[in-house]
Amino acid sequence: VSRERGGILLVGVGGQGVVLASAIIADAALRSGFDVKQSEVHGMSQRGGVVSSHLRYGASVGSPLVEPGEADAVVAMEWNEALRALPYLRPGAPLIVNLQRIVPPGACRDRLSGRSGYPALALEALVREVGDLRACDAMGIARDLGSPKALNSVLLGILATTLPFSDGAWLQALDANVPRASVVANEQAFRAGQALRYPEATCAQAANASAAASGGAAPTVRDAPASLEIAESWCKGRACAICVRVCPEYCLAIGGRDKATVIRPEACTGCGLCELLCPDFAIVVHDTLVTR
Amino acid sequence: VINSDRSAERSTSELAPSQPGRLLSGNDAIAYAARGAGVRVAAGYPGTPSTEILQTLVRLDTGRDVYIEWSTNEKVALDVTLGAAMAGARALCTMKHVGLNVAADTFMTAAYTGARAGLVVVSADDPGMHSSQNEQDNRLFARFAGVPLLEPADSQEAHDFTLAAFELSERFDVPVLVRTTTRVSHARGVVHAAAPRPGAPSGFERDPAKFVMLPGYARARHRVALERVAALAGEAEASPLNRVEMRDRRVGIVTSGIAYHYVREAMPEASVLKLGLSHPFPAELARRFAADVERVFVIEELEPFLETELRAAGIAVEGKAYFPRHGELSPDVIRRGLERAGSLPVSGKPVLEALPAAGRPPVLCPGCPHVTPFLALRQLGAVVAGDIGCYTLAATAPLSAMDACISMGSSIGMAIGLARAGDTPGPVVAAIGDSTFLHGGIPALADAVYNGSDLAVLILDNGTTAMTGGQAHPATGTTIRGDAAPAVDLPALCRAIGVSSVTVVDPYDLAATRLALQGAIATPGVSVVITNRPCVEAPIKVRDHPFAVVDERCTACQACMNLGCPSITWGGGWRDGRRTVVIDASTCTGCTVCAQVCAPGAIVPVAGWSGKS
Repeated sequence: VSRERGGILLVGVGGQGVVLASAIIADAALRSGFDVKQSEVHGMSQRGGVVSSHLRYGASVGSPLVEPGEADAVVAMEWNEALRALPYLRPGAPLIVNLQRIVPPGACRDRLSGRSGYPALALEALVREVGDLRACDAMGIARDLGSPKALNSVLLGILATTLPFSDGAWLQALDANVPRASVVANEQAFRAGQALRYPEATCAQAANASAAASGGAAPTVRDAPASLEIAESWCKGRACAICVRVCPEYCLAIGGRDKATVIRPEACTGCGLCELLCPDFAIVVHDTLVTR
Repeated sequence: VINSDRSAERSTSELAPSQPGRLLSGNDAIAYAARGAGVRVAAGYPGTPSTEILQTLVRLDTGRDVYIEWSTNEKVALDVTLGAAMAGARALCTMKHVGLNVAADTFMTAAYTGARAGLVVVSADDPGMHSSQNEQDNRLFARFAGVPLLEPADSQEAHDFTLAAFELSERFDVPVLVRTTTRVSHARGVVHAAAPRPGAPSGFERDPAKFVMLPGYARARHRVALERVAALAGEAEASPLNRVEMRDRRVGIVTSGIAYHYVREAMPEASVLKLGLSHPFPAELARRFAADVERVFVIEELEPFLETELRAAGIAVEGKAYFPRHGELSPDVIRRGLERAGSLPVSGKPVLEALPAAGRPPVLCPGCPHVTPFLALRQLGAVVAGDIGCYTLAATAPLSAMDACISMGSSIGMAIGLARAGDTPGPVVAAIGDSTFLHGGIPALADAVYNGSDLAVLILDNGTTAMTGGQAHPATGTTIRGDAAPAVDLPALCRAIGVSSVTVVDPYDLAATRLALQGAIATPGVSVVITNRPCVEAPIKVRDHPFAVVDERCTACQACMNLGCPSITWGGGWRDGRRTVVIDASTCTGCTVCAQVCAPGAIVPVAGWSGKS
């Protein structure tokens, strides 16, 4: 990182503290005598969406935006967001990653195959892309220190080793921005981050990180969608329609003859709720699974 | 002439007690400046990216010298501040860009009347639509109304221009539009606060020819307004808010707002005409600048606002041919435009490619009380006319239960039309939040009753303006300062309008919510269902006994996954080729809705919960 100017991108998920962390970095830059600009996007991104914060420092800063390929460090508070943010990283610059994984509900939507849309924790592949990867299990470190909420200060400690801000500036910035009761905890977490030695620490930290989020292969698979057999003479149709309401895939409807009918056969996952809840035993689910 | 030295304005006033400069967002800077300008009345309606201006003003105004309110909507806010200015008190009105559509009725005519004391209207625009339904360029409103337009480029200018706006407003007896964008309002920069320059309150003097816009008076005032625009054009020609930075004469760039900083990054050697007071347009200044450079580009976000003025003045410029008319600009976008124009060599800097990552769109929070009504509406096959708020997210999978959303309060009116047109695949339901209902829904509900519509209306009352972070409104029982206030009784209001059936239901009771909606659809005439659970995030974080999944009972049916709750995801387990689920107890709020949809009873309260998260 240049001693005169730089750009940092922070990324994470709503609620992870991206905005507070970037305020601390900006404060440390200001206390180190730099001009600073910082830009973040609030609004809908607060609802569990992506939050990113751009920060630039130097003798005089114009645009607040870090451009693609120009971040002198990217700090990712979450694994998936690190992968998304790669285009911002200047080739060769450090990527600081918290190994926490927050699976968005949208990644669990391919129900027939059960394939998760969330990327696997593949550190080797990322090291090949990035070179200077500084991964850490910030939550684990902070928890071991007795203050899990101070995890972002671990990441700031790692970042501090790459920036030309004085130790005093960092500590004053922490002191001024974190809740009064947690100043000591955050200082400890910051020190713990500073003390990590890279590249060695990446592997050790990865070993500590919790097991795969929504990973694991299916023991059995289905060759074709399940099929429903509906005994129409037993079905009460519109007067009941319990199966229509409970089907998680919205596969069923009451047809023209006032009987339950399958309208989306391709979406049936064979869950059997309709068979289970039909008060007239009018539905049988046929499903064949083969062991992989 | 480079006129960027602000050292003369630096001061050690109360606003900057210890440091040479403070890191402030553009919104904070506007609030600081408004306070420095001695604002007496401030009003607005929450809307990203404008919301923090009034909230910061409340924080700064510890002595309660300023009357500050969250208004019912932007038009009311502008009326309140216009009234204050008529009475000689400096006034600040804040809103997001689409809010000015609501306030436009007053705005257009306030440009005729003017006001006695300074009246500054802040419109925070959202190019790129980070959290908006459109990206209209409100600079056009300044031209439409004939009022001066200030375009700050950063926090320092947001501060300085706000002070200048009050003075301009008083010198020319006209409301002033200060237009920020997301990257100005929500970017932080170092601000050197100027010494406070409060105006002198003058009091109200009767002057019907100025303030009563009867046609006869208004005709005279329109001429006054036009003369004022001409006078302001002269002001713009000489204003220090507009400046020429002469460098390399081969390329000259006319720009304003945040685009100025992007231009400086993309082509530091270019000459620049930076416009801060951009309407009325300083045509002669621009003509001299254009004559001094070989090629003139206009680089501005969104509409060709400056470009149109330049062309109208007969000045040859290039602009939207190279720079997009939609979305945000950035140094990169500008560089590519200048490359296409042949004014910059084509660069090929190496950029890493993103690795495959999961999409992460915004979602409703764990425990959000908006989930079950929309789950029920989807099951009922309703055609849902929605509205502006968090619940607009119900349009996306897995709830997929909203069919239209346009602007604040339009759900009920659209539903009337959808129902009257007849040919819908299901019953028509309007869905609207509490704050939005008060803002713009009440007239449409009266319309539905008055004209005999057959309609179900769902009012999602979560007791706050949630989307913008939990602001008070007339039905919350609190003011912007947190003081107790009378609260509108929504069921009583609906009954007073003439709604035949009003049902209040607990949205954490899925069956009751479904039955209430089913009943409202079946009831002839206008029926209203009001949900009554508070937002789980604001003003109070609701965290009840969290739930967990008993893995051996989970049949992996995915019924709970249809809620879209961020606390519920696939774990590592499988059942008959399907993924079993897990609940993150650290984010679960204990709303119980997933347990209600779990047929095998696999979702149970966490054992040994202490009551602390």
